[in-house]
Amino acid sequence: MAALAPIVAKLNPKGSRSRQLGDFGLGMAFLAPNFIGFLLFTLIPVLAIFVVAFTTGSYASGVDPVTGSFWIDARFCGLDHFRTMLSDGHFWQSLGNTFVFLLAVPFSMAASLGLALLLNQKIPGRVVYRTLLFLPTIAAGLALYMIWRQIYNQEFGLFNQILSALGLFEAGAGPDWLGNGALAKPALLLMLVWIGMGGTNMILYLAALQDVDPTLYEAASLDGAGSWDCFRYITWPSLRPTTFFILTTNLIGGIQIFDQILIMTGGGPDGSTSTILYYLYLNIYKYDRLGYAAALSVVLFAIVLAMTLVNWRLNKSAREA
Amino acid sequence: MQEPSQRRKVFTLIALSAIAFTTVLPFIWTLALSLKPADQVMSGGLVPTQVTQSVEIEGQTHAVRLLRQLPDGRYRVKLLEGEREIVDVPGPVTKTERLDVRFDNYPKAWNAYPFLSFGRAYLNSLIVAILVTLGQVITCALAAYAFARLKFWGRDVLFFCYLATMMVPGAVTMIPTFVLLKNMPDVLNWVFATEFFSREFIGGGRLLGTDSYFALIAPRCFSAYGTFMLRQFFLSIPKELEEAAVLDGCGPLGVLRHVVLPLSKPAIATLGVFTFMWAWGDFFWPLVVTRSDSIKTLPLLLQTFQGQYGAQWNLLMAASVMGLLPMVGAFLLAQRHFIEGIKMGAVKG
Repeated sequence: MAALAPIVAKLNPKGSRSRQLGDFGLGMAFLAPNFIGFLLFTLIPVLAIFVVAFTTGSYASGVDPVTGSFWIDARFCGLDHFRTMLSDGHFWQSLGNTFVFLLAVPFSMAASLGLALLLNQKIPGRVVYRTLLFLPTIAAGLALYMIWRQIYNQEFGLFNQILSALGLFEAGAGPDWLGNGALAKPALLLMLVWIGMGGTNMILYLAALQDVDPTLYEAASLDGAGSWDCFRYITWPSLRPTTFFILTTNLIGGIQIFDQILIMTGGGPDGSTSTILYYLYLNIYKYDRLGYAAALSVVLFAIVLAMTLVNWRLNKSAREA
Repeated sequence: MQEPSQRRKVFTLIALSAIAFTTVLPFIWTLALSLKPADQVMSGGLVPTQVTQSVEIEGQTHAVRLLRQLPDGRYRVKLLEGEREIVDVPGPVTKTERLDVRFDNYPKAWNAYPFLSFGRAYLNSLIVAILVTLGQVITCALAAYAFARLKFWGRDVLFFCYLATMMVPGAVTMIPTFVLLKNMPDVLNWVFATEFFSREFIGGGRLLGTDSYFALIAPRCFSAYGTFMLRQFFLSIPKELEEAAVLDGCGPLGVLRHVVLPLSKPAIATLGVFTFMWAWGDFFWPLVVTRSDSIKTLPLLLQTFQGQYGAQWNLLMAASVMGLLPMVGAFLLAQRHFIEGIKMGAVKG
């Protein structure tokens, strides 16, 4: 920031420069550090993705020793990637799986709301409970997924140990949660809900609950409303902006599920847990098809855009109703 | 907040305790496994113990491993000393358990991967996270102030561009950014007619382009979200305070530094904490952009570790604990601030 001081001093509107130009230069001086990065790493890439998605090649570059001109190994291939996608079984499977994993969002939101309602009472140890419930969220990341992979281990994992202690099956005879195509998705969903339930969503719901006008509840109970009526007609409508915010951010985050998959299942068994981002990763890393990966991210972009618009529409009509 | 009835209070406490128990149990299990001897990790139970079996043969006690009980009631055991022969004995086989906590699993895991120690990975993660956080706070504060307080041509159009890109998923910008970085050294070499830009970096990796600290840090130093959040906060600061500072002879940078920033500490802290956490845990981008071991961050080390030591649970769990410790520790020390930050980040955003 100190480096900017002389420029800014020169452009100071108190000086002799015309106000209009001075302000423009001043604005640009403040914006420049962010704007250059924004241009290079956000705006240009966002626009470029719509170009890269229609090209193929290794994208290596260099300088031609003879002509001295710059070259890059990429050429246009029209809609080829999108045509390939239509008949690409792995793509459709990954897309379907991604939407299945989005089911974790409503479940963990419901759990978060339930926990927030429980915590929003005068009980001893609130802060302790809140801290413990938040632990999975703060721990979320590679290390936690490594742990959950072992938790789901068939013979010695914590999950099967608990289930066999409950008498569901003999020790060591439990299912192989992550190694079974039918069980891997529910197992991952359970983990996602476990991580999300006491985290950010719960904190936001708790804050929103504390903002609900208490006189509403008093008036309702004078009218003889039960606790379900209170929830249905006072609490739930008051929480709508929070619910909308959480839903939007969680869906956008949820559709980008990747780390868990790479660490816990590697997309398996038989692609049953592969997601869009995991497939995109394979295309970058394993198959060396950057152009195709770019086309996949265009699809991802379109889905996120559509989800946001639908959400926004729903919220708008709910507000008008 | 209502005062609940006694019955409801008890129900709430029981429900919360049960759920909190399920959130804590996996961590306790992890900690227990990370302290167990290598041959005991499969034994179940949460206390690290060493189980030994022994049998008395001709008045002498021998350490053995029980193989099976024979139909005639005798025991087939393997002697664990001398020739390690298998013998059948009338028994009885006595089982003794004693506490056996192996703290040395931690140093073992720390040094297990020969090309990249945990120390180096922590350092890399720390360098990346700190610089990304600093970068974002500085660039976002400057831009947010311009958007909030300075009047200049094209401001609102630009701000709309920022907003429009806010919901673009990171995975979308990743590939063009990767291509851009990949070609950056060559382009710069070509423009400036030198070889300088493809040089090796002192700390490992390259100076520019992919597989460099630059690739890990630079694209992360700018954030539309951070700019937006700080702008909203700056707008809520009374203008009169800034005008007073201008009358006292402050330029715009002075106003930002002496008036706006001190009043925005909570917002800055929120942006800082979240940027740091995000940069610390980020996995996909570093995975795509790095090749050299020497610049790999903690999540990448953990991934490599799992690939190599997936079967050695005690070391794996020790590594997980070391991976979890910085964030969980910071949270437990300052959980109030984390929680306040979450609320503010959402309300203002």
